[in-house]
Amino acid sequence: MERKKITKGFWIKLVSAPILMFAFAYAMVPIYDVFCEITGFNGTTGRIDSEQQYTVDENRKVEISFFAMTMGGFPVQFAPKVNSMIIVPGKFYTTSYIAKNNTDETVIGQAIPSVAPTDAALYFKKLECFCFNKQVFKPHEEVEMTLRFVVEPELDKRIQDISLSYNFFKLEK
Amino acid sequence: MTATTAPHEDHHHGPEKGLMRWVKTTNHKDIGSLYLWFAFTMLLVGGAFAMGIRAELLQPGLQLMEPQFFNQLTTMHGLIMVFGAIMPAFVGLGNWLIPMMIGAPDMALPRMNNWSFWILPFAGGILLSTFFMEGGAPAFGWTFYAPLSTTFAPDSTDFFIFAVHLLGFSSIMGAINIIATVLNMRAPEMKLMDMPLFVWTWLITSFLLIGAMPVLAGAVTMMLTDRNFGTAFFDATGGGDPVMFQHIFWFFGHPEVYIMILPAFGVVSHIIPTFARKPLFGYSSMVYATASIAFLSYIVWAHHMFLTGMPVAGELYFMYATMLIAVPTGVKVFNWVSTMWRGSMTFEAPMLWAVSFVFLFTIGGFSGLMLGIAPADIQYHDTYFVVAHFHYVLVTGALWSIIAATFYWLPKWTGKMYNEKLAKIHFWWAVISVNVLFFPQHFLGLAGMPRRIPDYSLQFADFNFISSIGGFAFGASFILLTYIVIDCIRNGKPASSRPWEGAKGLEWTLEPKAQYHSFNTPPSRKLIEAESQNS
Repeated sequence: MERKKITKGFWIKLVSAPILMFAFAYAMVPIYDVFCEITGFNGTTGRIDSEQQYTVDENRKVEISFFAMTMGGFPVQFAPKVNSMIIVPGKFYTTSYIAKNNTDETVIGQAIPSVAPTDAALYFKKLECFCFNKQVFKPHEEVEMTLRFVVEPELDKRIQDISLSYNFFKLEK
Repeated sequence: MTATTAPHEDHHHGPEKGLMRWVKTTNHKDIGSLYLWFAFTMLLVGGAFAMGIRAELLQPGLQLMEPQFFNQLTTMHGLIMVFGAIMPAFVGLGNWLIPMMIGAPDMALPRMNNWSFWILPFAGGILLSTFFMEGGAPAFGWTFYAPLSTTFAPDSTDFFIFAVHLLGFSSIMGAINIIATVLNMRAPEMKLMDMPLFVWTWLITSFLLIGAMPVLAGAVTMMLTDRNFGTAFFDATGGGDPVMFQHIFWFFGHPEVYIMILPAFGVVSHIIPTFARKPLFGYSSMVYATASIAFLSYIVWAHHMFLTGMPVAGELYFMYATMLIAVPTGVKVFNWVSTMWRGSMTFEAPMLWAVSFVFLFTIGGFSGLMLGIAPADIQYHDTYFVVAHFHYVLVTGALWSIIAATFYWLPKWTGKMYNEKLAKIHFWWAVISVNVLFFPQHFLGLAGMPRRIPDYSLQFADFNFISSIGGFAFGASFILLTYIVIDCIRNGKPASSRPWEGAKGLEWTLEPKAQYHSFNTPPSRKLIEAESQNS
């Protein structure tokens, strides 16, 4: 019996497998984004476009705590207007964050939200948020940035406290 | 030489003389030796870094080095041991043994084989040269999490990235070569289920390599463009996500740990039947267990990331999937123990290493199970318990099997016998010191000592002192190992072609020192059946 020869097809398979896996590493970037959006993995909050009607149970209360952070020498003071709110799931609420630019320069920033516990992230929906767009802070300007949100009633009954935090990053230009 | 000369005469020519033999060689045995010597050199370099780490940790407080340099040592120790020592050592064993075990004359792609080896010294050189650069070597740990490795890393990180690219290329080419060899160069009469387990485990490992290494290449390429070309894969300000780095890294990283242990399973599955003088128990279950471990290794990566903030459903899935790996691994341990059961056992050096592998690797496996329990991991995460766990599986697992393989096949490689008495002394020295070194680290971890820290609070002092003493003793044992191997090559007594009474396998049908070109004519079905593990 003769030994087998390496065929062209076999070569193509062997070489294309690593190339495909290299491409897969890059494909993980959009896959990860979509996955986080669908599952609320990683504390990614959701977004809705209009005020829908939910069935509301007035007796159910959830406390929302607001946090603010800035990263990497971001020169703008940034804090929530109220530290916490008691809300009823299914109702829309408005609150705001206050930012003050203490420098003589225009600062551009982007806020990244995160919700804990992560199981609540999927049901935390925002109608209006300063985190949807980059924010421009003129020198010594103080701005109030609104946030309108709802916590959907499908939220696990065991969750009674939710933390929402924003982290402001500086954008170069 | 004319065409009328008998063809086989032509095949018995020896290697080229001088240094160029090693540069130009395409012979699988030469390349195997090059890989093994390179891996051994890197083992000593990485070991020297470990000695520095243990010297600093001998006592609380900072005695010998700046914390930054300590971090460079831990980072480079990990990288050198994983990519420079363990992986090349297994590729070297694969090169030496696979063609002989499947009755092939050489590897399928010999020139690529030469190239995939000669990339390594350059990659290793680039990696080590970062110590002499401004800002020092990478200091972010071998897992190089972003943003520590992107925004906050020294300039030498770009050299590290290039080195990882080269190492990845080398591994992928090695894996392609092994797949092509096993599937095409096998003796025509050898069926897949006749193949020895070392060949099986390496074939499966090759599939892990071509699946996982390109993902690592992708991760470091993203790092490179994040650092230098304005992309923001791992930078939240540009819409990226640092946690995603961990997902991509561990999608490579978890198969990687099985890349480093599956060939070890193969080695042990050869040695234990030999010295128990019994056929391997459950040959086919070994093959299927190896394949299941390889499959599961791709779908459990996030158990390294329980503390990144994951929904409970995610934690539960990754916890249960991780637990599942214990089943095929348990099958293997059960099979090794059953092979030994009522065997006529003798304890030559390879067997001592193999039996202690089964025992100590299982300890590492159990601590791995503990770490896989999501709620318990909150306590263990990033402590010395993790350090103890992966050193039990990588040192007393992977490295143990490499040393066992070295003693077991050294007679076939050199035609000479090593000094059994010295080898036994070396074994007991190493096995005692390695436990003195790593066992107390379990207790340190449970008590809360974090890893990658050059200083620690006083309550950890005693166990660290014991661990460091064990470390120095274990490090010194490699001086004896070096002596035993060189002594065997120079002064060893001639070995027979089958120096181990119970050994089975085509490699033992060759001359005492395997001839430079073996199996120019494929072995017969009768010979394959007589030497098969599956009988």
